[in-house]
Amino acid sequence: MKKTYLAKQGRLLIDGQIDRRQFVMRTLAAGAALPTALSLADRAFAMTPRKGGHYRVGTGHGSTTDSLDPATSENGFSSSVTYAYSNHLTEIGPDGQLRPELAESYESDDATTWVFNLRGGVEFHNGKTMTSDDVIASLQYHMGEDSKSAVKGLLAPVVSMTADGSNRLVIELEAPNADFPFIVSDYHMPIFPAIDGKIDPVGGVGTGAFSIDSYEPGVRATFTSNPNYWKEGAGHFDSFELLSIIDVTARQNAVMNGDVDHIDRVDPKTVSLLSRAPNLRIEEGTGTLHYTFPMRLNIEPFDNYDLRMALKFAVRRQELVDKILLGHGALGNDHPISTANRFHNGDLEQREFDADKARHHYMKSGHSGKIQLSTSEAAFAGAVDAAQLIANSAGECGIEIEVVREPKDGYWSNVWNKKGWSACYWGGRPTEDWMFAAAYTDDTEWNDTAWKGTDASARFNELVRAARAELDMDKRRAMYHECQALVNDDGGTICPMFANYIEGVANNLAHHENVATNWDFDGRKASERWWFV
Amino acid sequence: MHPVVKTVLHRLALGVVTLFVVSVVIFTAVQLLPGDFGEAVLGQAATEETKAAFRRELGLDKPAVLRYFDWLGGVLTGDFGTSFSGRAASGVDRSREVADLIAPRLWNTLFLACYAAVIAVPLALIMGITTALWRNSIYDGVANASALTTISFPEFFVAYILILLLASLNPVFPSLANVDSSISFWDRVYTLALPALTLTLVIVAHMMRMTRAAIINLLASPYIQMARLSGAPPREVILKHALPNAWAPIATVIAFNLAYLVVGVVVVEVVFVYPGVGQLMVDAVTSRDIPVVQACAMIFAATYIMLNLIADIIGIVTNPRLLHPR
Repeated sequence: MKKTYLAKQGRLLIDGQIDRRQFVMRTLAAGAALPTALSLADRAFAMTPRKGGHYRVGTGHGSTTDSLDPATSENGFSSSVTYAYSNHLTEIGPDGQLRPELAESYESDDATTWVFNLRGGVEFHNGKTMTSDDVIASLQYHMGEDSKSAVKGLLAPVVSMTADGSNRLVIELEAPNADFPFIVSDYHMPIFPAIDGKIDPVGGVGTGAFSIDSYEPGVRATFTSNPNYWKEGAGHFDSFELLSIIDVTARQNAVMNGDVDHIDRVDPKTVSLLSRAPNLRIEEGTGTLHYTFPMRLNIEPFDNYDLRMALKFAVRRQELVDKILLGHGALGNDHPISTANRFHNGDLEQREFDADKARHHYMKSGHSGKIQLSTSEAAFAGAVDAAQLIANSAGECGIEIEVVREPKDGYWSNVWNKKGWSACYWGGRPTEDWMFAAAYTDDTEWNDTAWKGTDASARFNELVRAARAELDMDKRRAMYHECQALVNDDGGTICPMFANYIEGVANNLAHHENVATNWDFDGRKASERWWFV
Repeated sequence: MHPVVKTVLHRLALGVVTLFVVSVVIFTAVQLLPGDFGEAVLGQAATEETKAAFRRELGLDKPAVLRYFDWLGGVLTGDFGTSFSGRAASGVDRSREVADLIAPRLWNTLFLACYAAVIAVPLALIMGITTALWRNSIYDGVANASALTTISFPEFFVAYILILLLASLNPVFPSLANVDSSISFWDRVYTLALPALTLTLVIVAHMMRMTRAAIINLLASPYIQMARLSGAPPREVILKHALPNAWAPIATVIAFNLAYLVVGVVVVEVVFVYPGVGQLMVDAVTSRDIPVVQACAMIFAATYIMLNLIADIIGIVTNPRLLHPR
């Protein structure tokens, strides 16, 4: 009763029907203490989206070679643009869970045939109403022999797409994939209006919260709010401006001086100074970006389980997070699944530095002599320092590591995936299956640990395949937990840390309680999710 | 033919030869850049085959001499070629003409250069002449010391100090030089105030001190002595008698600084996020986008040669003795 009364007063306050003083008086009358009443007023203001304002974002991405073509978007600037003016069948919500977007719902009995029920009455910016034909044409654009799309591979398993009426779509896959609805949330696959079964990939017409006013590759994009936006409780700004500010100092200056409202990729080295600026706050979230040191099982001595174990125990993960990420990150547990993923295995014991165990495994492996660790700043900022720290901590366990500093040029073609032990980074993938299939299963070229042929890897590959076809969430969770345990134990990767997204946010910007961490900028959808207070 | 015209034509011809030599140097230097474009673009996904495919597509598998003449032929007909980048790993070719890529940015760069020059050159000349006029006064000392102070700081530092003073603490000007083609002239002038001011502070000292030194140098000449003895006031001595003979060194220094304004301001561009040619060239070097690098380098070289040519001509016109080299 009291709750509903307070909620109602909150609404009146936001709508301007009562002023702050009246709100506080009424709240007090309802039995709340004065400080509570005051903070309630603030919260009512902060948590209720307000329309209006010109939202300016400075991003550290963008290049003069970008284009509107979603098939080739490859950086944060492009995907922020795509998410601003278009929608997808599904989206990853602020809570990290998948939810339907242009599809109202989706279902499958066997994970092979997927039915998407489309939302009715959704209009494109040009006034056309969205139907299943538009969806088919939009997905078709990435498929077929001639397609040069970056997601051609992801959609390759699609056997057929059929429209069942104008608001129902049936997609047939060649093999079961329980994560298929996740795949269509990828930023490469927005839904555009079709003309004669084809979309115009660079037409700039979508169903999104904003329509494009101008687009200058590598410089800026400007948008105006779409008055017909179909999504409830989204698209609060009147206009949106996205600026490419590659230089980190310039980006931080811009948000400090109020020239932009929101920036990404704050430098961890200066974040504490930036946080002192009175007009902004720092927001962080742990995403899926992680740094690894893959050991290749097809190169001696890394084929030896005990040697891999010895090295895994010889790494001080917390030290790496503290010194390389300056504390702006989370501990990794030698597998690539982050807390931002759905099926992160939290029960798996966190591996810590343990000199005794490292020594024990090292003795057991029978190896002697130096072990080379190839590293370069090309792998990630601080990779050379990280390798030195690992060499130091391993030295304490009696393991001699020689840090080999490789040139930046050609690092990815000559060192990574070639030399026995190197430094690497992975942007992370939204699903476990996607991540494992990119770098850990036996059929991928990027299996940078060459993890094949062991009993554990055989079991792992079997599990990944089974989990892909499994629709039961609990069973999948159990399988992916086991996968993580297998990579953690037998796999060749040392994954000491996950990096945080660090953002500078103007104080007058507000958002709902949850912020998505699949990308920075609230999953690059802050333009439709956030608002000014 | 008038001897001045003859000299100008002679200099022009020399300029073309210089440009040609420069083109060889640029081409060779770019060949010596380590790494390769395919590698820079593909990153993690670079394999021998994909890199070879890229090289074939871009014509990089042809001998260097052949590529040089292809490129030179294009440049002579005004065709700078197509940018390498835009050919992403996905294989879609959405590369842009180098000329299209450079033109809007060159316009931005020239605008900023003119803006800074319009402030800096008169300021430097006035300061140079007045400090020569009142040399060894307090004014002279203060002007010299402050000009030397600003030139001693690295330009990005001057830029950040200006941002701190005029954008952060006293929000007078924006700290981002956020311009687009739709912006009006006066808005552009306002938005670019801080970068222009930064450049002014960086180049004034050089020109001012040269002006002052050139004039003071002449003041010891017998003909100035004569002018003074004839009762001419100091102002007239300097403006009418000394200055015309000082133009040659002053023009050289001004040309030198104007050239810097066009070719050397990448740091200022980065600090103020101004889309100019300098940034484009640095980006192109990073991504090994050779046609863009070469085109930028050629434009820069041509700017240098042009401006120095003009300075030479000014020197010759104001001092006809230079027409007859001994």
